[in-house]
Amino acid sequence: MKDYELFTKDTKAFIYGRQTAAAQRMLDFDFMCRKDEPSVVAMITPERGGFELFFWGTKEIRIPRITSITQAASRYPTADVMVNFASQRSAYDVTMEALNTDSIRTVIVIAEGVPERQERILAATAKEKGKWVIGPATVGGVKAGAFKIGNAAGTMQNIREAKLYRPGSVGFVSVSGGLSNEAYNVIARNTDGLNEGVAIGGDAFPCSTLLDHLLRYEKNPHIKMMVCLGELGGTAEYDIANAVKDGRLTKPLVMWVTGTCAKVLPGQVQFGHAGAKAEAAIETADAKNDALRKAGITVPSSFDDYHEKIEQTYAKLCDQGVITPAEDFMPPNIPMDYKQATAEGLVRKRTGFISTICDESGEVHNYCGVPIDEVIEKNYGIGGVIGLLWFKKDIPVYARQFMEMVLQIIADHGPAVSGAHNTIVAARAGKDLISSLVSGLLTIGPRFGGAVNGAAEHFLFGFRNKLISRDFVSQMKAKNVRIQGIGHRLHTVENPDKRVELMKNFAHAHFEKTDLLDYALSIEQVTSQKKNNLILNVDGCIGVLCVDLLRELKFTDTEIDEMIDAGLFNALFVLGRSIGFMGHYFDQSRLQTGLYRHPLDDILYDVPDRPEKVG
Amino acid sequence: MAQKGIREYDAKRLLAKAIPEISGNKLRFNDELVLVSPETDLAALPNEHPWLKDQRLVVKPDQLFGKRGKNNLLLINVDYDQAQAWITKQMNRQITVKQTSGETSGTLTHFLVEPFVPHDKEYYLAFTSEREADVIHFSTKGGVDIEEVWDSVVTIRVPVLADPAKVDIASHLPDIADKGGLSEFIKVLYRIYCDFHFAYLEFNPITFLGETIVPLDTVAKLDDTAAFQCAKKWGEIEFPKPFGGSNTKEEAYIASLDEKTGASLKLTMLNPNGRVWTLVAGGGASVIYADTVVDLGFGNELANYGEYSGNPTTELTYEYTKTVLDLMTRTPDPQGRPKYLLIGGGIANFTDVAKTFTGITRALEQYKSKLQENRVQIYVRRGGPNYKEGLENMRKLGERIEIPLEVYGPETHMTRIVSLALEEVSR
Repeated sequence: MKDYELFTKDTKAFIYGRQTAAAQRMLDFDFMCRKDEPSVVAMITPERGGFELFFWGTKEIRIPRITSITQAASRYPTADVMVNFASQRSAYDVTMEALNTDSIRTVIVIAEGVPERQERILAATAKEKGKWVIGPATVGGVKAGAFKIGNAAGTMQNIREAKLYRPGSVGFVSVSGGLSNEAYNVIARNTDGLNEGVAIGGDAFPCSTLLDHLLRYEKNPHIKMMVCLGELGGTAEYDIANAVKDGRLTKPLVMWVTGTCAKVLPGQVQFGHAGAKAEAAIETADAKNDALRKAGITVPSSFDDYHEKIEQTYAKLCDQGVITPAEDFMPPNIPMDYKQATAEGLVRKRTGFISTICDESGEVHNYCGVPIDEVIEKNYGIGGVIGLLWFKKDIPVYARQFMEMVLQIIADHGPAVSGAHNTIVAARAGKDLISSLVSGLLTIGPRFGGAVNGAAEHFLFGFRNKLISRDFVSQMKAKNVRIQGIGHRLHTVENPDKRVELMKNFAHAHFEKTDLLDYALSIEQVTSQKKNNLILNVDGCIGVLCVDLLRELKFTDTEIDEMIDAGLFNALFVLGRSIGFMGHYFDQSRLQTGLYRHPLDDILYDVPDRPEKVG
Repeated sequence: MAQKGIREYDAKRLLAKAIPEISGNKLRFNDELVLVSPETDLAALPNEHPWLKDQRLVVKPDQLFGKRGKNNLLLINVDYDQAQAWITKQMNRQITVKQTSGETSGTLTHFLVEPFVPHDKEYYLAFTSEREADVIHFSTKGGVDIEEVWDSVVTIRVPVLADPAKVDIASHLPDIADKGGLSEFIKVLYRIYCDFHFAYLEFNPITFLGETIVPLDTVAKLDDTAAFQCAKKWGEIEFPKPFGGSNTKEEAYIASLDEKTGASLKLTMLNPNGRVWTLVAGGGASVIYADTVVDLGFGNELANYGEYSGNPTTELTYEYTKTVLDLMTRTPDPQGRPKYLLIGGGIANFTDVAKTFTGITRALEQYKSKLQENRVQIYVRRGGPNYKEGLENMRKLGERIEIPLEVYGPETHMTRIVSLALEEVSR
C-alpha cells in the first residue's frame, strides 16, 4: 500500500469495543461498494470471546470476538486498522497498545475527553513509528468505495445520496465530524464526488492534523482537488497556508474556517469543541481566513458561497482535463433492518409468543393492565397480585385476604414432611438455594400437597352430579378411589384442626355462599362416622373454598375446570410452601450442617443372596 | 471541557501539596492560604487560620482575571483588620476591569488572602503546552508586563516524549546566583505541571527564599478531561465561570436542562432586539449559521446563538424552542418590521428529523398568536433520516398557524435560508 493511503478496498480492520451497530454499518457500506468480503475481521472485546452475528446483505455471518489486541493481531496479521471505541478512561492505553503492535498502522480514536497530554503523547508516538492516529473525539471518516470508519457518513441513505459507494476526485478534511455529512453532500452535488473524507476531531491537540491529511491527499494521484473546513482556535490553519506557500501543497484547495461569529459573542465563548476557542487575535476565524486567502487558497467570503467555490474549482479542473468525472453505477440495495421497517410500518410478522397477563414493554410495567405503582399504592397485596396474574381479575378485598390467609396457613408444616425433608437433605449436600428448593418442590404431587386440586375435583364431581353424600362415598368406594381432602393423621371430629376452623369461619363471615364447602361437610359427616379422623383436612378445605370463591367471582364452570386441569389450586400450595422450604434452606445454611447420611440401623437390608436367574 | 481556568487559591493549594511530595521534601511551599467567599465569616476566620493575625497580609480578588494591581484591586502589606475592612467593602461590588482583551464587568465575590512576603528578586516563570512540546519561559525581569521585556525571556522546549525528571534546565538559564537551586525549583514545578495535567501555569512574579518557592501571582489552567485520573491529586476543585459571565434567566434555564441530559442544549443571548433568531441543530452547524449572519453583515441583527444536538427528547426540544420563542415574541419590533426565525441544520447522521421536529412544531403551534403579532417569518433547512416527512410536517404547520414558512432540504445549500432571510431584512 502507498504511504499516502490509509484505507483501500482491501483494508481489513479490528473494532475495539462491542460496537455492533457501527460494525454492521461498516459491513453494509462494504456490501454497497460491491466488495467481496467485509472489512471488519474481528471485534476486540476484553470482557469475553466468542462471536457476533452480522448481516452481509441478507446473509448472516459470524465475526469473531477476540479478547486482546495481541491475539487479534496474530490471528489476522493483514489487518492494519483499528477503530477504537474504548472509553475516555482507557482510550489512551488501548491506542498505545495498538501503536506498539507491529501489524497495526492506523488507529481511529472515537472517545471524547481524552486528556490533552495523552493525546500529545499518542501523536508523538505515532509520528515516531510512522503510524497514524485519527482523533480522538471523532466520528472518523470514509474512503469512498473502499472503507468506512465506524459510524461515519450516517445512514445508508446518506451514503447512497452522497455517492460514497464509489470514489470521486475530492479529498476532504474537517475538524468537526458533525458536519461531515453536510460536506459530503455539498461535494456530491458540486463535483464528481468524494475520494476520501476525514474528521480530525475537535480537541485542541488532535493526533493527526488538517495538514497531515492534506499532505496525504496531495500525494494521492486519484485526488485532484481538496476541500477543507477549519475552526477558530489554535494555529493549525497557518501551517496549511505555509505549506501552500512553500509548495508542499499544490493541488487546488477550497477552505473555510468557521467561527467568524465569535466577534459578536460576549466574552470568550467556548463552542462545542475543546479546541474551538480563540485565545489570541491570530486564532480567530477572520485572521485565519485572511491568511489562507493571502496564501492563494480559495476562501469563500462566507460559508454561503463555499459550495459555489467548490463547484467553480471543480469545473475548471474538468475544463483543463485534469478531472475526468468518475463513472457511476447503481449500488446494490441494503436490506432495511427489521426494526426500522417495523417502525416505518413497512413489514409485519406473526408473533411466536403471547402474553395476556402482563406487559413490560411500556414505560411502567403492568400486571394485567394495572401499572405496578398502582398495585403498590392501592394495596393489592399478594392476594391481589395473584388475582391479577393467575385469574386475570381484579378480585375484591375479602378474596385477596382469603388467598393470603391460605398462603400463611400452608407456608410450612415442619421438617419431617417429604418436601421439607428433601430440601434439607439437598441443602446439607451443599446444594444452592434453587436446587434445594426445587428438590423439595418436586415431591409435591398426588400424595404430598397435591390434594388441593384433587379435593376440588372430587367434591365438584359429586356436587355437580347432585350425588347425595352417602351415594358419593359409596361410588368412590366402588371405584376404589380415596376421596382427596378427607382424613388427618392427628385431628378428629372431637379435636378439630384449627387451620380448617379458621378458613371455615372466614368463609362464613365473608362469602355469600359456601355451596361446595357445605357439600364437602356433608360428605365429612358420612366418612367421620366410619372413623373419627376422616374429616375435611386443610387441603380439602382450601380446594372447596377456592371453588366457592371462584363461583362467587362469576367464573364459569368451564373456567374453573380449566384451572383445576392446569393445577392452579396446587399452585397456592407450591407458592405458600416455598416460603417454608426456603426457610429450611436458610436454616441449614446458617447452621452449616454437614452432609446427611441416613442411619444404617434405620434401613432394613433384605437383599437376596443371589438374584434369580431369568431367561 | 479541556482547558479550564482555576482560582489562584486552588493553583497554590495544589502546589503546596505537590511540591514537598515531588521534591522528596527538599523544597517547601507556603500553604498559608485562605479563600474568602460571600459565605465566609470574616470575624471567625482567624480561629481557623491563626496566622492571619500574626502576619502582614496580601489580599486580592480571585476570579480568573488578571491585572489586579493596575485595576486597583490589590491590597499589600496590611494587618487582618485592614484586610477584613477592605474585603467587606469590595464584596459583592459591581466593577469593570481592564484586561488585555478589553473591559469586562462583573461582581466581586472571591478573595485570596495570603501572607505578605518581603523579597527583592522577582522572576517570571511560565509553562505552556504546544502540540509537540511543553514550553518553559523564564525571565529575571518578573513583576512587569512580560510582553514589554520579552527579549529577556529564555525559552526551553521539552519534547512531549521526554522524561520530565531528566529535563536539562540549568544550561538554558541566564547567569544568575544559585542557578543550580533555581533549575531544581523549575524542574519540580515542571514535573508537577505534567503530572497534574496543567494546561497552563504562569507565575509573574515568582521568588525563591531559601528552600521555599514563593509564587506572588499565579495563573493556572487544568485540563479538566483528566479529572478521572486526578481526583486524588486535585482534591475538590472548582472550575469557576469566566469573570463577568453572568447568565440571563433563560440562559441559566437552558444550561440547567443541558446539565440534566446527555443531549446538548446551548443558548447565548446577543441582542434581544435583534430580528434574526436561530434554532439550529448541531454544534458545528449552529456556528456556521451565526457566522453567516455576521459575514453577510447582519451581526447587529443576530439575536441569539444556540444549538440543540445529541438527540434530545421531544420534551427537551419543546422546552428549548419555547424558551427561544418566548424571548423572540416578548415585544414586536418598534417599527413593526417582521422577525425571522431560522430553523436550520445540516444533514443528520442518525437522528430522526421528523421526530426531533415534533417538539419544535408543538411549541410553534402554542405560540401561534404571538408569532403572528410579531410578524415572524420562518425558514427551515434540514436533512438526514426521515427529513422529507419532517419538512412536510413543518410546511403543513406553517399553513395551519398561518405563518409564512419556507422549507428546504439537502438539495439546498445549508446556509441558503440565512441569505433568504437577510434579503428580507434588508428590504
